[in-house]
Amino acid sequence: MSTAAAHDDHHHHAPTGLKRWLFSTNHKDIGTLYLWFSFAMFMTGGLLAMVIRTELLEPGMQFVDPEFFNQMTTVHGLAMVFGAVMPGFVGLANWMIPLMIGAPDMALPRMNNWSFWILPFAFLILLSSVFMSAFGAGNPAAPNFGWTFYAPLSTEYGPASTDLFILSVHMMGISSIMGAINVIVTVFNLRAPGMTLMKMPLFVWTWLITAFLLIAVMPVLAGAVTMMLTDRHFGTSFFNAAGGGDPVLFQHVFWFFGHPEVYIMILPAFGIVSAIIPTFARKPLFGYASMVYATASIALLSFVVWAHHMFTVGMPLAGTLFFMYMTMLISVPTGVKVFNWVATMWRGSMTFELPMKWAIAFVILFTCGGLSGLMLAITPVDFQYHDTYFVVAHFHYVLVSGAVFSMFAAAYYWLPKWSGVMPNKLLGELHFWSSLISVNLLFFPMHFVGLAGMPRRYADYALQFADYNFWISIGGFWFGLSQLLFLAVCVLCAMKKGEKAPARSWEGAEGLEWEVPSPAPFHTYDTPPVVK
Amino acid sequence: MQSTLFHRAAVGLTSLMISGMAVASDWTERSDHNLRPGVTGVSQEVYDLHTTILWIVTIIGLLVFGLILISMIRHRRSKNPNPSTFHENVFLEVLWTVVPFVILIAMAVPATRVLIELDDSSKAELTVKVTGHRWKWEYEYLTYEDDNNVGVSFMSNLATPMEQINNPVLAGGLFPYGTAQDAVGSEFPEKDKNYNLEADKPLYLPSGQKVRFLITSADVIHSFWIPDLGGKKDAIPGFVNETWAIVPEGKEGTYYGQCAELCGKNHAFMPIEAKVVSQDEFETWLAERKEEAAAAPDLTPFADLDEAMELGEQTYAGACAVCHGNNGQGGVGLPFAGSDFATNEEHLEEHIDVLINGRAAMPAFGAQLSPREIAAVVTYERNAWGNDTGDLIQPQDVQDHE
Repeated sequence: MSTAAAHDDHHHHAPTGLKRWLFSTNHKDIGTLYLWFSFAMFMTGGLLAMVIRTELLEPGMQFVDPEFFNQMTTVHGLAMVFGAVMPGFVGLANWMIPLMIGAPDMALPRMNNWSFWILPFAFLILLSSVFMSAFGAGNPAAPNFGWTFYAPLSTEYGPASTDLFILSVHMMGISSIMGAINVIVTVFNLRAPGMTLMKMPLFVWTWLITAFLLIAVMPVLAGAVTMMLTDRHFGTSFFNAAGGGDPVLFQHVFWFFGHPEVYIMILPAFGIVSAIIPTFARKPLFGYASMVYATASIALLSFVVWAHHMFTVGMPLAGTLFFMYMTMLISVPTGVKVFNWVATMWRGSMTFELPMKWAIAFVILFTCGGLSGLMLAITPVDFQYHDTYFVVAHFHYVLVSGAVFSMFAAAYYWLPKWSGVMPNKLLGELHFWSSLISVNLLFFPMHFVGLAGMPRRYADYALQFADYNFWISIGGFWFGLSQLLFLAVCVLCAMKKGEKAPARSWEGAEGLEWEVPSPAPFHTYDTPPVVK
Repeated sequence: MQSTLFHRAAVGLTSLMISGMAVASDWTERSDHNLRPGVTGVSQEVYDLHTTILWIVTIIGLLVFGLILISMIRHRRSKNPNPSTFHENVFLEVLWTVVPFVILIAMAVPATRVLIELDDSSKAELTVKVTGHRWKWEYEYLTYEDDNNVGVSFMSNLATPMEQINNPVLAGGLFPYGTAQDAVGSEFPEKDKNYNLEADKPLYLPSGQKVRFLITSADVIHSFWIPDLGGKKDAIPGFVNETWAIVPEGKEGTYYGQCAELCGKNHAFMPIEAKVVSQDEFETWLAERKEEAAAAPDLTPFADLDEAMELGEQTYAGACAVCHGNNGQGGVGLPFAGSDFATNEEHLEEHIDVLINGRAAMPAFGAQLSPREIAAVVTYERNAWGNDTGDLIQPQDVQDHE
């Protein structure tokens, strides 16, 4: 991608070297930065997960102590949610939204630069606590209270590094909000003539709705960590029962952010899959309008289901019933989406290139995660499932074989547009099959140990869980190593090694992004295209 | 780990299929892949709900995946070179919105019924207050039948010894971290069948009577969970949560549970062991505990330093080592070995005081340990690991402490 500047036929010279990336206001360069950053965090979070899986390979403590284990589960979750998945989707939005709606760039390019460059520093702050814990004198603990940082474990009992965590979360929040504002302004103001809202590709639609969710809930997260900060240092008692506060309030505030957050991490995935399946089925997307309405209703419902994460805190019966019914209701629009994808494939003329393989794997495995989510919604049974590995299996199915798989699909689909060369087929096939098998070996048995009663975030477990945990760990190492193949694919593309890609890189691909050459020139759509 | 992956997967899938008939009600049967039906009426109903919904989602899943598979086979380009162009069908779209909705209502009805049943914790014969501590459970028997002031309470710790927990670090010592360093080159320990599940003092419950649990916490949030009794409830500081269970007569036995909400370092090491016994046996047990509680504390002085050290070592391992380290090297808690606090004469009174009343994150042990145990443990901390102060604290010194 570094030679993209060479194609620049514009009158001014794009800066080169480090300056090009540091001061970039170009949506393509910033998108590239986001994507590499996301991949780096994916590998970092993965490395922490490997520590977890090594410790859980056998019963007993053999590799790290339980305190360090808790730090690993915490930072793994934070790195994956805030470092890998969210920036990954923002990167895709940066690259693709202007190309898809015929805009010359994002509407607020300088803010775009800032919203990216905050992130590496936010994670430097967070990860510094892990380095200090692993290598520093006296091993000061890194955040060790789980990515959900429930009070009072994170407030009165939190380690000193909690303050680093709070600062880091604030920075991530600012970055996300700026990114979201940029998407909304771009979509509402920079669409090419004729690109009406109901003509926009679904990826743009899902991102527009995601951006509204981000603006609504990131300030709530910021509020939660600010209350933590004042509880820790300024004598307030928001979450301290001894001071008249309420530890359960923390969970309500956190999950009011946290539940829309899980849709923030999956709605763009719906958009990606809705772009890829029609391309390779050579048939228009089934039910475009109903897809838009389903996305919007999922987003609205996401604000009234938060307490299903906390059924066991002891809510009144009426509250419990309300949240159970609302949660079950979410499966209706989600089901509509899955049925629409199947109907798009039906009587199409399908071929199974790499993006299509990932997209179909997404549909199937995400549905598995959705169905276990429906099981979790049934409150009396959730009293058994809650906080066991069944929950861990559920959210890894929707987040790894869901969100992450959709990003792989997107990468294989748009890499030709980004780099100008087709991704390496052999490595890509290996990466797909290896990931597909290992991800199931890794996460499917978690359903079993969870049902059998293994609580999550356990550094050690009773003997009847031993066999499955062994195989889960093997699956984990295998899945982790498989991702090096993806790194190789990306590096080859970045080095322009491979078959040259035509402008319309996939035979059935539709949309404005395929009208510009591959790789996409540094500046596109200086004069807007006309959409009929 | 002798069994192969395929064996495990085959066993797992088959038993999921026939899970409707499986009756693995005893924890010792170790169902390692499905929910346990448990022993109470509620846990059975929860299990039935689980089985029903598992079938529903399995059928929906197979239908959807079947359609995808058929489409992938029949509608690939080599078979179907000319794609259709349809992209809407009002009938289908309404159908697949309405049908799932109806299925949901069908599932919501039984779920609501069980929830309403679970909510009624009135008319209990026994009330036990359960308090979560980092990292042990406290059980306080409040009322039993007509007795509104039972006044029996005790702490319940993990019974599995540290020697069983610490495995030798992988050959070659791959970066052993923290307490794992202690285990370099040690023997691989045999683990008991109920490894990590057994408690030193179990929670006794009578069969055939309704037991109400009042659940709270002394520090962070824990979650009280015995799968066989049908669910969990969080233990939250400043809140008292309620739940209840009736273990039918004839289902006496030991039921294990675990803490289910992350509560810090030893979250995985605070099991719940419930011994359900007949009502007669329970009454005898309760009478004995009441007698113990009524008796005056044992203030027999220690004959010599060695006697105090012996009791001190036991008590330290059970109550102090998790935070202060097996060798007094510190950890979550402050170090003792060679510290000014544990060797300087000036801090002796303070030392006893902190044990009895607690300080900051250090919990108060005045109610958990007898004066004799407190005296022994202070003596131990001031004489072990090269501290060698020679201080011998007698139970009377602790009893007299303000």
